[in-house]
Amino acid sequence: MKHLTSIRELDTGSAIAILDNADELGAVNSREVKKLPALRGKTVVNLFYENSTRTRISFEIAAKRLSADVINFAAATSSVSKGESLKDTAQTLEALGADAIVIRHPMSGAAQTLATKGWISGSVVNAGDGSHEHPTQALLDALTIRQIKKSGNDLAGIKVLIVGDIQHSRVARSNVLLLSLLGAEVTLAGPETLLPKTFAAMGCKISHSFEEALAEKPDVVMMLRVQRERMQGTFFPSEREYAAKWSLSGERFKMLGNQTIILHPGPMNRGFEISNEAADDPRSAVLTQVRNGLSVRMAVLYKLMAGEG
Amino acid sequence: MQVFKGVLLASGETTDITVEGSQVTKVGKTTESGLDCSGLMALPGFVDLHTHLRQPGYEASETVLSGSRSGAAGGYTALFAMANSDPVADTASVVEQVMKLGEEAGLLEVRPIGAVTKGLAGTELSALGLMANSKAKVKVFSDDGHCVHDPLVMQRALTYVKGLGAVIAQHAQEPRLTEGSQMNSGELSTELGLKGWPSVAEESIIARDALLAEQVGARLHICHLTTAGAVDVVRWAKARGIQITAEVTPHHLMLTEDLVRSYDPVYKVNPPLRRTEDTLALREGLIDGTIDIIGTDHAPHSSEKKDCEWEQAAFGMVGLEHAASVAQEVLIESGASDWKRFTEVMSSKPAEIGSLEGHGTIAEGQPANLVLLDPAASRTVTAVTHSLSHNNPFAGRELKGRVVHTVFRGKFSVKDGKVKNA
Repeated sequence: MKHLTSIRELDTGSAIAILDNADELGAVNSREVKKLPALRGKTVVNLFYENSTRTRISFEIAAKRLSADVINFAAATSSVSKGESLKDTAQTLEALGADAIVIRHPMSGAAQTLATKGWISGSVVNAGDGSHEHPTQALLDALTIRQIKKSGNDLAGIKVLIVGDIQHSRVARSNVLLLSLLGAEVTLAGPETLLPKTFAAMGCKISHSFEEALAEKPDVVMMLRVQRERMQGTFFPSEREYAAKWSLSGERFKMLGNQTIILHPGPMNRGFEISNEAADDPRSAVLTQVRNGLSVRMAVLYKLMAGEG
Repeated sequence: MQVFKGVLLASGETTDITVEGSQVTKVGKTTESGLDCSGLMALPGFVDLHTHLRQPGYEASETVLSGSRSGAAGGYTALFAMANSDPVADTASVVEQVMKLGEEAGLLEVRPIGAVTKGLAGTELSALGLMANSKAKVKVFSDDGHCVHDPLVMQRALTYVKGLGAVIAQHAQEPRLTEGSQMNSGELSTELGLKGWPSVAEESIIARDALLAEQVGARLHICHLTTAGAVDVVRWAKARGIQITAEVTPHHLMLTEDLVRSYDPVYKVNPPLRRTEDTLALREGLIDGTIDIIGTDHAPHSSEKKDCEWEQAAFGMVGLEHAASVAQEVLIESGASDWKRFTEVMSSKPAEIGSLEGHGTIAEGQPANLVLLDPAASRTVTAVTHSLSHNNPFAGRELKGRVVHTVFRGKFSVKDGKVKNA
């Protein structure tokens, strides 16, 4: 395996192997000397066409813990259409010695294009492409659920509810593919305009009522970050109406079971899609997600980069 | 004098065709010797009602000359050049320039299409009458690439163009429903995170324009049908007696949206590749006459426009050199139709819609515009053709049928598969 641009590239076995490896590598993060020599002499470039402090830092620390050199290349979003082409940028970075490119890009498919066009010979890791996929986010979510639920290798029988603006969410797409690959039962919930019925073909259930979905007693509730500018106009009448119907409010929070895990990919809009009550509850695993993000990204970089000569 | 010996006509008859000067002087056995054409079909030269020749303005992608070479290689003796050049073909001087470039190339007849609205902007009528009365004698108007979406503008254009004895070729795409669209709208666009182009955006415009054409009593041609629903709407309009004709491209007959999974921009086209059900409905429509013609929508783009992210890439595919093979696959190899229908969709009907004389038939006293093709030959399509651009989604595919000779006004534009140098 050379690239990770989509969960479609994984089968159950390889997904579990990454999670297992992440568990092992994660142990490094609690040592006094948080460093392994696995990728010494290798260079990882974070090529980010979108602002993302969290994901970028997570990849940066992950690479450094494996002793790789890291270069951050923040390309302004506007340069996608006006500046140097992705091909030239990537080839320039490779000429400077990049062994792997971690790419975040506002256009769906950009990571796959970079991996398959033959522009570069190094590895490509998708750190989020348009509204397509964000595979390492799904892997860290799966790892978090597996750890807390102590479900063994996979996630067989675990009921996961993902709530919010599904249509524009790469996190939701990667999670539907990965969690169902691992045996979980995934339900997506959101308003009709932000959750078209075509999502069902990806192998999940669809709900247009938060209450009904909660009545199914999910083991995990994942609240997506809402891009507030989308919550007015043609997708939804108003922010207020959205919050009334789709926020994990104090009321809805009370409907959760004692063992229900609350996940959020961050950054959270407190008081909007999630209440303080839910976000700060012990059942919220948001910080575990962040820690696991580090281990998963170490595991992915290791898998893609350590094998080659 | 040139005699094509032993050709097979669309009727199934084997005969000889005698050409003298620029005309066919005899269709029938003759004792004169000539070029052995046994095993070759002789058909009227193909006519493409939908070609982007890119000149003036985008000469890196195609020129009238290179497009003519590509057309001749594909068996065409006439191409209608779409108006979305730079400057736009919305005045008499631009259409006359395009016609003149076609005459200089001399490989086939280039018929300029005039824009319906100034600058393709959809708001003011272009110089329709002046283009019709110019030396280019424009008979087809289209804003192709853009939809004439304002119903009032469309209604007036239909009315005005009717008075000129011409036709409007509509690119049916409701603009608001397709803002930022990248591919067919459906399960796959959802999974790939690409903005969908819903079929209703095509079908609603066709239905509206059919009703407008009925109201004003005008002729209407619909470019590149892509959906099963669009075929139904056209079928309904024809049954109602509306003067509507419709076109389908080679790619929409054979390729489906699954190819977009690769995010390879060679498969990016507008309107987009659809589902298998749609291609089947389009084939059925072509066979039963609901769809009148195959138009290539030959849309060359230089490689920089395709060597990039999907969403950055230009829409369009070349088509002139494999359209006949696709028609053969859909109509002949499938066993669903015959060479007479093939001749209609590739030649006589597009000539009729475009009011083009001297094409679409092989008859004594008519200009010798014909193609001789070997239907038994198989070939692998290559990306590099006579076009300046290589954005060919059929590259690598095995297709049947090979153009051996193309004859334009009595002279070979292609002989033994080689395009004549202009």
